[in-house]
Amino acid sequence: MEALTTRRKVLEQKRMTLLERIYLPAIASGMGITLRHFFKKKATINFPEQQRPVPRVYRGLHILNRDEQGRERCTACGLCAVACPAEAITMEAAERKPGEENLYREEKYAAKYEINMLRCIFCGFCEDACPKDAIYLETTFAPANYNRNNFIYTKDMLLLGAKREEIKPPLTQ
Amino acid sequence: MLTSAFYFIAFVTVFFAVMVIAAKNPVHSVLYLVLTFFGISANYIFILDAPFVGIVNIIVYAGAIMVLFLFVIMLMNLNAEAEHRKSNAFLIVGAFAGGSLLLIVVDAIRKVDWKSVSGQESSGGAIGSIKVLGKVLYTDYILPFEVASVLFLVAIVGAVILARKEKLPLTVGQISHPVSES
Amino acid sequence: MVTLAQVLPAIILIVVIFALTMLVALYSTFAERKVAAFIQDRVGPNRAGPGGIFQPLADGVKFFMKEEVIPVLSNKFLFILGPSIAITASLMTGVVVPWGPDITLFGKTYPLQIVDIEIGILYVFAVVSVGIYGIMIGGWASNNKFSLMGAIRASSQVISYELSMGLAIIALIMVTGTLSLREIVEQQHGWHWNILYQPVGFILFLVCAFAEANRTPFDLPECETELVGGYHTEYSSMKLGFYLFAEYINMFISSAIMSTLYFGGYNYPGMDAVNEFVGPVIGPLIGFAVLFAKTCFFIFFFMWVRWTIPRFRYDQLMNLGWKGLIPLGILNLIATGAAVLYFK
Repeated sequence: MEALTTRRKVLEQKRMTLLERIYLPAIASGMGITLRHFFKKKATINFPEQQRPVPRVYRGLHILNRDEQGRERCTACGLCAVACPAEAITMEAAERKPGEENLYREEKYAAKYEINMLRCIFCGFCEDACPKDAIYLETTFAPANYNRNNFIYTKDMLLLGAKREEIKPPLTQ
Repeated sequence: MLTSAFYFIAFVTVFFAVMVIAAKNPVHSVLYLVLTFFGISANYIFILDAPFVGIVNIIVYAGAIMVLFLFVIMLMNLNAEAEHRKSNAFLIVGAFAGGSLLLIVVDAIRKVDWKSVSGQESSGGAIGSIKVLGKVLYTDYILPFEVASVLFLVAIVGAVILARKEKLPLTVGQISHPVSES
Repeated sequence: MVTLAQVLPAIILIVVIFALTMLVALYSTFAERKVAAFIQDRVGPNRAGPGGIFQPLADGVKFFMKEEVIPVLSNKFLFILGPSIAITASLMTGVVVPWGPDITLFGKTYPLQIVDIEIGILYVFAVVSVGIYGIMIGGWASNNKFSLMGAIRASSQVISYELSMGLAIIALIMVTGTLSLREIVEQQHGWHWNILYQPVGFILFLVCAFAEANRTPFDLPECETELVGGYHTEYSSMKLGFYLFAEYINMFISSAIMSTLYFGGYNYPGMDAVNEFVGPVIGPLIGFAVLFAKTCFFIFFFMWVRWTIPRFRYDQLMNLGWKGLIPLGILNLIATGAAVLYFK
């Protein structure tokens, strides 16, 4: 049969020679290798103190954007929830009351907007789907937590300028 | 002091020896036998001033032979329920064999010249030391010693012959070298 | 009768050596993780205390806090006896090791060895061979197939390798002419280390020490890929801790004995000049430090090998033991005998 690739290697299984059978030379050379690794630079990054830089296009925690006047851009159309492959986004819409024009840009807004960060795969499809430029992915990520409920980010945690715990890794140049 | 220590050690040893027979579980029996060997070794080391013999007793019997015993019994997975009733013929033969052994032991004890035995204690700690033992073994008892070693050699050769099987198409050695001469 | 004043130095020594053994075993677990990490280009545990120095304490506390599980169908007495024997036997071997030359304190000379028995090597041998009962009893009492397999592997392995270890030691005894560890060390004064006379014997002893201590590449009794956890599959909490601890104590003691038998113990080149310079108190302590350094090197060596070599297969293990090491040991024995006859 014709070989499909050039990477095929014929494995030769020969009886071991005497030098191989006493194991010691092979063991010695192996131990030389491990000893060299002993003094090599460590690959570990000591996480909390030291952080691996992420690129500017890194897709991290979401943020709900505001416009120039500080009004929420989201109109609760639900396209992000539809686009989401992990079904991590849920929302409830509400109608803007008179006098709330300085809070919400559109006539309909999201009364409730939740993202389950344990479900989210940080693909960024919501960002692509949004017609109002309302949702963006930041370059931060969520710190560890003991409680699963704490990973469901509510609207007041997602809005631009909201206070939330997040880890901000340095950005690459 | 020494006498009471001897009686204590002897009592413990005999107690464990009885437990070897009394224990229902074979594994417990073996463990009691190990303890019996420890008792005998304690006698050698502390009473008879023969630490070499005592330690060798532990190494050979407790450390090697009894481990093999335990090994086999653990593999057979015997337990108290699995033990079936022995037939009466078995009991009679066993009683006869045990009785003859007892007779020999009693006879041997009767013939011992007790005075010369107790006299040896005065020769002090040197009696059981390795130097004395080695000298005695390689001068006075050289023939029995060498005969015993030949006996062991015979046993080893016998064991090798028993362990050798006819060549099967696939042996363990060939598995480790799939492409061999054959 | 013996008085307290006579016994007190021995008791103090016993306590010190016990504490030292425990401490070394404790920190061996830490060192093992660090060495493993460094060989694998990692940094290892570094969170508990500066540089992770309190990690062994955290591990110990964890062991004590864990739930203790005793299988219902196990033999309870033997189940508890197993780890106890394992750790007792491994602690007992340290008794005959001469940790340093005689030390002179307050005008009196004390030996830095708990007891010097005439047959020191054999004592070590006997205690090691008894230690295997800990594993066998534990493995059987667990009433678990994997435990039993582990126990059986352990016992057959230890018996096989004890033979070649015995042959290596006999060759050494032919050179030294004594079984007392103290005398063996005294004979190696300065740089007359036995490794120069018994290189093959040392390699034999080293390989067997690995097998006896159940260390990689001979750690088949606890081979995870085949036997879950080996003989300690059913053990939890501090009983498991005892087994693991016994392994590290064994490693420490066998390192100390290897240094004693083949690498001159507390002797080092130029020790006479140093002793004259520093006096009879500091001198022995330097000797102890030298022995300790050698021991630490061997402990490191044990770990270094563990994180380098994969495990042997079982038939390879037995082949190596019976067809490799024992003939080599006998050859070494004959060669040593001939050399001793020729030179003396």
